Formats: sequence, C-alpha cells, structure tokens
Amino acid sequence: MAEKRVGRNTVIFAECPSFVATATTVGKKEGEGPLAKYFDQVIQDPLYGESTWEKAESKILLESVQKVLQKSNYTFDQIHFMFSGDLLNQITASNFAAREIPVPFYGLFGACSTFTEGLALGGMAVDGGFAQRVLVGASSHYQTAERQYRYPTELGVQKPPTAQRTVTAAGVVILERGGSGPFLTAATIGRVIDMGINDPMDMGSAMAPAAVHTIVQHFQDTGRNPDYYDVIVTGDLASVGKNLAEDLLKKEGYDVTDRYTDCGVLIYKPDVDTQAGGSGCGCSAAVFCSYFFPLLREGKYRRILLVSTGALMSPTTYQQGETIPAIAHAVAVEMDYPKGEG
Amino acid sequence: MGKLTREQEVYKRWANARKPKPPLVRNTIAAFLVGGLICTIGQIILNFFLSLGMNLKEAGGPTAAVMIFLGALLTGLGVYDRIGKFAGAGSVVPITGFANSIVAPALEFKREGYVMGVGARMFNIAGPVLVYGMATAWLVGLFYWLVHK
Repeated sequence: MAEKRVGRNTVIFAECPSFVATATTVGKKEGEGPLAKYFDQVIQDPLYGESTWEKAESKILLESVQKVLQKSNYTFDQIHFMFSGDLLNQITASNFAAREIPVPFYGLFGACSTFTEGLALGGMAVDGGFAQRVLVGASSHYQTAERQYRYPTELGVQKPPTAQRTVTAAGVVILERGGSGPFLTAATIGRVIDMGINDPMDMGSAMAPAAVHTIVQHFQDTGRNPDYYDVIVTGDLASVGKNLAEDLLKKEGYDVTDRYTDCGVLIYKPDVDTQAGGSGCGCSAAVFCSYFFPLLREGKYRRILLVSTGALMSPTTYQQGETIPAIAHAVAVEMDYPKGEG
Repeated sequence: MGKLTREQEVYKRWANARKPKPPLVRNTIAAFLVGGLICTIGQIILNFFLSLGMNLKEAGGPTAAVMIFLGALLTGLGVYDRIGKFAGAGSVVPITGFANSIVAPALEFKREGYVMGVGARMFNIAGPVLVYGMATAWLVGLFYWLVHK
C-alpha cells in the first residue's frame, strides 16, 4: 500500500480528489460586502420565507446542495456520502437539511473549522475508494448563532473591536475521483490548542495559535515553504487574529505576509456590526467556494492552502470560566495534478 | 477554571497587548450625549405630568411607564439595538435600556412558545439586575431600619 501519511499530522492524497463544482448562498450583509458578485445567491431576509431562523439556515444549506447538483449535472444517487456541519446545538441546521437529502450523511462539528474537516474526510473517503463522489458543506447564520452564543439580536449592546460577526452563509462542494481539477492534494489535521484566552468576544486571539500550529505542522510534514503556495487563507481569524497569526508564523521562521489572507477579513466591509470581521462555519466555506474556487479554475492561483479555524467553546463553558480551545485543519488545493510517486 | 500555564500566560499577555482598544473617548462622548438625550426626554415627560397638576412623587410613576413604553416600542421596531451599538452604556443604563433587555429576548424566543420561550427567557438579561437590585434594596432597607429604630 502506498504510504499516504507524511509527518505527524498530514495525509497526502494518492488519487487526488477533484473539485467538480461549488455553490453558495449568503445573507444580505455578506451580499453587500466586497465579494458580493461571486455568490450564487443572496437572501435579503434572514428568515428567508421560513418561520424561524433555524429553518432558514437549513434552507440555505439545502438550496446550496441543490444548486451544486444542478451545476454539476449529478443526481443524489450519484453522491455516495455527504459531510456537513454548522454551529447550532446538535448541528441541527445540517441534520435538518439532510432530512431532505437522500444521501448517506456524516454530521460534523468542528465549529468554524468544519469545512476543511469535511474536505479532509471527504477526500480520504474518495481517495480510499470508499466513495466515487462526495458532497462537503458547512453553514452558519448570524441570528441563529447570535442567540445561541451571545445575546438576543435586538439587544442594544456595543461590541468591542475584537468581536466578530457570524456570517450568514452556506457553501458546498462536490469532490470526485478522476476529475479535471482543481485537486485536493493534502490535508493537515490540527490538534486542539488552548492558549488561555477566555474572552468569547475575542475569538481571533483564541484561534490564531491553532491556525499557526497547523500551518507550521503542514510545512514540517510536507517539507514545503510558504512560497509553495500562491496564497495561504485562514478561515475566520478576522483582522485581530490574522495579525497575531502573521507574527506567530514569523516567530516560527515563516514569513507569509505577502501571500496571506483570511476569509473573515475578505467577506465584509468593516463597520460597527462586523468589527474585526466574519466568523462561522459558512465563512471559509462560502469564501472558498465563491471566490477562491473560480480563481483556481481560471488559473489565477495554482496552489492554495485553506486553513479553516474553529473556536470550540459553548456558552456553558465560558460561563463556567473555561478558556477557549481552538482547532484548525489545513487542506492544499492545487490546479496541477501532483507528479511523482503518488 | 484551571490555572494558566506559563506559556498560556505569556501568550495571553502578548495577545492582549496587541489587540485594538475600544475607542474610549468616542464611546464616552456618545454615551454622554445619548444618555443625556434620553434623560432630557424623560424630563420633558415629567414636566408634562407636573403641568397636569401632579406633584413630583405622583409624576414619577407615569413618567417611568412612558419611558418603558418608548424603550419597548423602539426595540420592537428594531431601532433600539442600533442606538445601543452607537451609544453603549448611554442607552443601557436609563430605564429604556431595561425595557430593551426584557423585550429583546421576549421577541426572540416567541418561536419557542409562550411558556418555555417568552415566559422562561424574558428575564434572561434583566433577571440578574432584578435579583441583585432587590437584594441590595432589601439590605439597604434593613440597614436604614436598624439605624433609625
């Protein structure tokens, strides 16, 4: 059997799964941001014709799934697994959307790291020969997350500049064996890191060390340098966490300044509501699916390292004074099929 | 809460030193202006009740009721949270903020039903204020009674 592991945390795909198509649905605020023109669908009302926000979140995920099937000309029968997750208790947004999706289903929780967690697992299922084709998705919704993690949305509170806004978005992709690219070539699975930050209004600082740990591990495991990638993208560190991550990487001897960005920074124009930037499972999912995927297809970028980052706290844990553990998973997406041993 | 390790403490100090600080001067001025405006509106309403021939003690109750109504109305219209984002404590501290803290969860949890939703969650935010406010009032009252007995 070909060795598909390198180093401590990384898998290198042998039969690299190919990205077939992506689809995104986002909320109004995201649809007014700098990436507005890239999304497939923008919903104007957070309820999106439903009676609750939770139903609306399931609906944007479901519609994104339907959209990606339509774009790729596949039917549910041709999808062997679906991997999806969200931020709600018992990941109900995904589970309830999956009621309408007749595909064997894995529900994932990795907080906002869910998208790359799903890509890594989906990639392994495809490369391992357990599936010809898989769906990977993630969603989040500003109002559902806000009421679960923080305050009622109509409460008049002032957010600190380190706070982030949960993105209303769903992003889904189809991965398959033997397509024409871009390809999922490697995945570095992060470990849970807790550096003692306990302020839920400052998740960027809590997650930055986890992102840095995974990125450094990826370079060490693969023997690659930052130059290998055209762009390194973290999930939702937002402006505060991004600055910290950049400096932490420099301390580790990796200067990524000229090729590093963050989905949470890209998705919004900064204002009083968004503060440091976006967060949520849908953040890296929607930004990758809508913005980076086409850039790879068009050849503007040939190699991307996407590192979705998750803060693994709950309202119960922070009320009990616990610090915030965080996790990050990295996936390498490349336009060229890797040569060599494979 | 477990004690932080040395490495965690070093990181926390480093990260905290680098994070952006809230714009205190701007926030203070906004809170002063908006808080002052809300109190001025309260004074106008109080003066109105006084002009109807009530004395100061009698006019206090209806004035508070009107302010609570206004806070609740603006919350229902989706305006009070925007005022709050701008004014911070300036719109939290007056009685209109108290109304906001009760109406906001009540509105939001209506979907979980009138008993376990509205009924149970209404005092999510205001509950602690009531508990400790009443406890403090009781303690001060007891102290006053002991001193003046």
